[in-house]
Amino acid sequence: MLEIKNLHVQLEEEDKRILKGVDLTVEAGKVHAIMGPNGSGKSTLSYVLSGRDGYEVTEGSATLDGQDLLEMEPEERAAAGIFLAFQYPVEIPGVGNMTFLRTAVNAQRKARGEDELSAAEFLKVVRAKAKSLKIDADMLKRPVNVGFSGGEKKRNEILQMAMLEPKMCILDETDSGLDVDAMKLVSEGVNALRDAGRGFLVITHYQRLLDHIKPDVVHIMADGRIVKSGGPELALEVEHNGYSDILAEVN
Amino acid sequence: MAALDQTQVKEGVDQETVDAVREVGTYKYGWDTDIEMEYAPKGVNPDIVRLISEKNEEPEWMTEWRLSAFERWTKMDEPKWAMVHYPPIDFQDQYYYARPKSMEEKPKSLDEVDPKLLATYEKLGIPLKEQMILAGVEGAENIPAEGRKVAVDAVFDSVSVGTTFQDELAKHGVIFCSISEAIKEHPELVKKYLGTVVPVSDNFYATLNSAVFSDGSFVYIPPGVRCPMELSTYFRINAENTGQFERTLIIADKGSYVSYLEGCTAPQRDTAQLHAAVVEIIVEEDAEVKYSTVQNWFPGDENGKGGIYNFVTKRADCRGDRSKVMWTQVETGSAVTWKYPSCILRGNESQGEFYSIAITNNMQQADTGTKMVHLGKNTKSRIVSKGISAGKAQNTYRGLVSMHPKAKDSRNYTQCDSLLIGDKCGAHTVPYIEVKNNSSRVEHEATTSKVDDDQLFYCRQRGMDEEEAVALVVNGFCKDVLQALPMEFAMEAQQLVAISLEGSVG
Repeated sequence: MLEIKNLHVQLEEEDKRILKGVDLTVEAGKVHAIMGPNGSGKSTLSYVLSGRDGYEVTEGSATLDGQDLLEMEPEERAAAGIFLAFQYPVEIPGVGNMTFLRTAVNAQRKARGEDELSAAEFLKVVRAKAKSLKIDADMLKRPVNVGFSGGEKKRNEILQMAMLEPKMCILDETDSGLDVDAMKLVSEGVNALRDAGRGFLVITHYQRLLDHIKPDVVHIMADGRIVKSGGPELALEVEHNGYSDILAEVN
Repeated sequence: MAALDQTQVKEGVDQETVDAVREVGTYKYGWDTDIEMEYAPKGVNPDIVRLISEKNEEPEWMTEWRLSAFERWTKMDEPKWAMVHYPPIDFQDQYYYARPKSMEEKPKSLDEVDPKLLATYEKLGIPLKEQMILAGVEGAENIPAEGRKVAVDAVFDSVSVGTTFQDELAKHGVIFCSISEAIKEHPELVKKYLGTVVPVSDNFYATLNSAVFSDGSFVYIPPGVRCPMELSTYFRINAENTGQFERTLIIADKGSYVSYLEGCTAPQRDTAQLHAAVVEIIVEEDAEVKYSTVQNWFPGDENGKGGIYNFVTKRADCRGDRSKVMWTQVETGSAVTWKYPSCILRGNESQGEFYSIAITNNMQQADTGTKMVHLGKNTKSRIVSKGISAGKAQNTYRGLVSMHPKAKDSRNYTQCDSLLIGDKCGAHTVPYIEVKNNSSRVEHEATTSKVDDDQLFYCRQRGMDEEEAVALVVNGFCKDVLQALPMEFAMEAQQLVAISLEGSVG
């Protein structure tokens, strides 16, 4: 589904190389986790895949079901099925959460040539999905992420993911700033979305998230490359021994 | 636009033509209506003033009133203190009176109405029945109306071309008609109130308006009456080189209530057009008036060519105790805006509110705000101003809060937020605060922010295109003001926000 080949990326503003040849394939129905020390390029990978400004791809390719992602605008990638759960969800004052969700859902439907959802249909769906994430009516009315706690913000990201039903979900450190209960809720939300047609790329520092969201494949990223891949046991190894052993072994 | 960008432009076609074609469609109301018009000669002098008065079949006292205003005007200078720049206006190179010829004889049915006039109303979104009434079709009032009722007075260039629902309003004692009709039919009311809120000598543009105003709307709500429907005026400047000087007078007698909506559009012209209106509102004891404006005059093209110069004096006088007035304005059009809807809080415990969204894009300039003059005890005012600048536009909030010695225990709260899109525009805030007693409280909060790239990326990652994302963020920024608008206006305003900012990013 998602195929990344020899991806090289540097910052637009300064001559700094961040990704130095990333190869990664995520198949439909699979959960891939990427772990790695700070500054290894994990978040950059998520931004480059979703089309954020400020990065220059100097080499390589990234495709979703054969479509060249790097040629597309961010909203086209979204309509094609890329979803990024942000590490730091952005506040939009004055825009109700519900309005935001509905605008997003209908924008994607329109881009795909589907009819817009009526207000009544939308409301029914959103209420059901919000309930399972323990998002109440008040939180749906409040402005997007404004005054939300860390846990609320992340739950809100997962609600958006559930509403948009993307093909490829990228979770950028979704566990950061979450307590145990919130992590459980968020993970349940993610697990409910796992199905044969959907791929996941879960970026995290810690193994604990992977206790809840069981990965099929774990990759270790360091200095802009994937240096080691393996099964879930690789995450446990990191948990016990840190990154230094693996990095020493690779070097 | 896109189609033309890709098409090879033939040699010999000058850039101006290409640009003109490109522009089409960027301003929704930019069509002009080719209707036979009757004009007075260009320029302004006592004869023109007399002619306008005569065309409106006015009594002698009105003609004299106008002439004295003209006399004063010749001794006045244009104000220069606003942060707006424009080439000098040649006041003698304007038409001061234009009206559609079809007004001369009343049509019997829609078939006899100039189809172009009807097409104009249709484009303005006025329902068919209203169109018939506005076009002056006899008996149209008796046809049942569809949907929700809004009484409409349409002012086309210099004249009011028709007012709807007059009979139904009359049952409640409400008078809603053109001001020219009011001068003839209700001279006692006009004499009593006209010029008492905005005196003839008030300012350069108001004085000019007093001399040459051609038409406008008149509203009187009798004591204790809650006006049964929203009242609305559509202003449209159609004729070329024609100034529009309308005059609106609203009187809310004791304990009454009215909500009044004003909409404005104008065709696309490369020459700037002048608009200098005066609105006076009188609010008696326990009465309440809401006045909402969606101003969408042609803003000029992206190089600053053409557009409306909008110099407007709007003022409400809260004469009675516990009277209340609320101004809400959405200013998206005009090349130059000079406008300060104000409240004189004379009655004890009277309240004034001002909610404003001013959007400037490309080369637009706006200097707008309000004056809250607290004279009575325990008076309250609230100002919420949202200024949005994009392109190379300049947007200034200018506001006065004045607490007079007798305005004991009065309060004002001002919130003034500016939003910048891009790095070539400007936002300015110029608050004037005068407090002459020691029991009043004035609060002023101001913020300036930029549309954040992170916000736009977040929206786009969720599937919205860039313009949709900007519109969403800006509508969020304006929410406090949009909420103050009547429902149907709020929808229109939200869309206008999106349209006015098209092409402002990227």
